[in-house]
Amino acid sequence: MIDYRMPALGADMEAGTLVEWLVKPGDQVKSGSIIAVVETQKGAIEIEVFHEGTIAEITVPIGRRVPVGTILAHIDDGTPPSPLPPVQVGIPAPVGETVGSTGETTAPLAGLLSSLGGIAAGGARLKITPVARRRAAALGVDPHDVTGSGVEGSIRLADIERVARGAPERPRHVAGYDAAAMRAAIAAAMSRSKREIPHYYLTETIDLGRALAWLESDNSTKSPQDRLLPAALLLKASALALRKTPRLNGLFLDGEFKPGEGIHIGWAVSLRGGGLIAPAIRDADRKSLSEIMAALRDVVERARKGSLRSSELGSATVTVTSLGERGAETVAAIIHPPQVAIIGFGRIVSRPWVVDGRIEARSVVAATLAGDHRVTDGHAGGLLLSNIRDLLQEPDKL
Amino acid sequence: MTQDEIKALLFELIGEIAPEADPTDLSENEDMRSALDLDSMDFNNLIIAIHERTGRNIPEADYNKLFTLKGAIAYLAAPPAEIKS
Repeated sequence: MIDYRMPALGADMEAGTLVEWLVKPGDQVKSGSIIAVVETQKGAIEIEVFHEGTIAEITVPIGRRVPVGTILAHIDDGTPPSPLPPVQVGIPAPVGETVGSTGETTAPLAGLLSSLGGIAAGGARLKITPVARRRAAALGVDPHDVTGSGVEGSIRLADIERVARGAPERPRHVAGYDAAAMRAAIAAAMSRSKREIPHYYLTETIDLGRALAWLESDNSTKSPQDRLLPAALLLKASALALRKTPRLNGLFLDGEFKPGEGIHIGWAVSLRGGGLIAPAIRDADRKSLSEIMAALRDVVERARKGSLRSSELGSATVTVTSLGERGAETVAAIIHPPQVAIIGFGRIVSRPWVVDGRIEARSVVAATLAGDHRVTDGHAGGLLLSNIRDLLQEPDKL
Repeated sequence: MTQDEIKALLFELIGEIAPEADPTDLSENEDMRSALDLDSMDFNNLIIAIHERTGRNIPEADYNKLFTLKGAIAYLAAPPAEIKS
């Protein structure tokens, strides 16, 4: 029997609201099955299972907000129930909360790398005021069943009393995403990054003349749905280059660097209503350019519609952002913790360029790496950028 | 297709690609990429959608003729043979 828990969809997620169950007890599931929809600061996310079995029991009803790590369902996979279940993807081990003398919960856990690779586990901390906790104990209310209305969703006395009176919990599902909540999530992650990560920055201007000429000729033979955008080349070149500098691909957890198991590139997608989300394109170094392009189109569309999956969030081992044709010329991006690097591509521009001692107009792009000095120095970062540059000179080999 | 039909189709396709955008506010000589906040992926999706709906395979070299509403309507109203890429 497997305990299926609320996954951590990124290091900054503490809780999620169950908005839809897509399975019922008795249903068969297999690895990759989408079983529920969870509302988070990043919008509605489809969550997946990574086991084969039968849904035995659903333990969290629709509308309830629960901390990361809470058991959502039991899945019967033929193994006996165990107090220490197998490691779940993207889910911190259940450390359990301890009640201290103040009545506050202690923050259990913070990230361990899951066995399935490259997935960051976030910390779960039940936010509840001491007086609310005491009242909950007196009234026999489980605080985990309560949606907090205080700061950052913390549970206040009034919330406990509302639940004790039997007033209904208010489901918080909104179509798409809540721009204010997403802004708060971005602010929290970026503040943490600026506070904890000693960034260094390196920029290399890369000649894209050959790459764009190849792209134009390749695209001219293809129908529109098969054509590639320059972004696909930039992403693939970044993924291949990261193979040679593995210390820029992974997570910094518990005071040390854990290399990524695979190169899973978070692709920064800007949302029209304001906001940013970086779903992972898994094993980008092993995908063909066509596969990368299809994956890009797919995640961008679903990010904007608010139908990303749990495996796509919190599983990236590095981030790439490309500003596109209407962006600025360079971007020095902020690392998304617990990752240790982010590569930013500016707008492709035409500039004078020296070729064989003569000046020519060339299409160039500025690639800027932000690296984490706790893990690497500018030397490794410089190697990454020069590898990206070299790979983009031979686009037919990407 | 008449010009009005083309315009209606473009509005419909843009509505699917960028539901938040309101193409009815678009003036015909405006670059719709900046007016409607369409990035290269969105514009590419528009070209794909036009291909799927009309069968018209627009070469990449002609994309710049479709950046404005006026240009896109003129391009799509003309038979493909008359367009030099």
